[in-house]
Amino acid sequence: MGLITNTVSPSLLEVEDGTKILCPNIIITSLDKFINWGRRSSLWPMTFGLACCAIEMMATYASHNDLDRMGIIPRGSPRQSDFMFVAGTVTKKMSPIVRRVYDQMPEPRYVISVGSCANSGGIFNTYSTVQGCDSFLPIDVYIPGCPPRPEAFIDGIIKLQEKIKNEHFRWSRWR
Amino acid sequence: METLQIAEKIKERFPEEVLDVKEFRGQVSATLKKDRILEICRYLHDEPELYFDYLIDVCGVDCLGKKEKRFEVVYHLYSIKHRHAIRLKAEVEEKDASIDSVMPVWVGVNWHERECFDMYGIIFKGHPDLRRILLPEDWEGYPLRKDYPVMGPEKEWSGFLTVLDKAKRFREFEWHE
Repeated sequence: MGLITNTVSPSLLEVEDGTKILCPNIIITSLDKFINWGRRSSLWPMTFGLACCAIEMMATYASHNDLDRMGIIPRGSPRQSDFMFVAGTVTKKMSPIVRRVYDQMPEPRYVISVGSCANSGGIFNTYSTVQGCDSFLPIDVYIPGCPPRPEAFIDGIIKLQEKIKNEHFRWSRWR
Repeated sequence: METLQIAEKIKERFPEEVLDVKEFRGQVSATLKKDRILEICRYLHDEPELYFDYLIDVCGVDCLGKKEKRFEVVYHLYSIKHRHAIRLKAEVEEKDASIDSVMPVWVGVNWHERECFDMYGIIFKGHPDLRRILLPEDWEGYPLRKDYPVMGPEKEWSGFLTVLDKAKRFREFEWHE
């Protein structure tokens, strides 16, 4: 796996007479913990915005708040994405496209619903607006706010990271 | 030219067509009959003294229960050369909700008229491509009419029902802990 770098003794190292310890750079962990650590540390979101929440999302990506430091790099294709922000008002006309973006993402995939409109329809209690995008998408994290501040975005991402951390075996291809 | 003078000029030229002229805070609105709207617009555009080369906006108004004729189509005109503006209101009745398109005068009015058609169902005669512009093409009803329910009609739009159905069918493929 490339984790064992000290090749002098692959398993045990004698530090003094009769005392043997594990080699340096050997890490004992469970695969769940290890792979989930990798997955949650490089979450790639789908580049996708619907309304004013997307402006706040862009501000979160930008240098002041800098999501790159959390391993979050927006991707231009749903095929390369791990999760998507539903950032803004989802109109009924837009809903088939939002659903298609989700359907094109490979598992494991996550959805963060951003802002009042995506959460519940918000102030747009009207004929053209979907009253909460959870009616047609499975949402993992809801971020409240109208629009939420960048801090709220980061908080939502940390919530998602915690969720991924506690998952069991979702990364496996045999599931 | 003073805005009231412009209204007077329209009155002079088309005495039968002008129903009312109102001034409010320096803005003049002329209420017109709808039948010769294209001619009036052509005159306002071509007359060198007026030269309304810029049609700022076209929108609809639903005066349900407040006026005899239900709809109004409002034109905001501006002359970049002379820096004067005027507002035209053409009255449209509900029974024959149609008016001549002013596309021959200002080509840019294309999408404005489509939006007005989309929201109020007013037909613009002579428009080359009168389709819905904002709502889906198979949407039923005209949402900005006052008698349209805010949450939409009982029958949900078929496109959204398809999405809901798809979400239901695909639920079994989602991850369950």
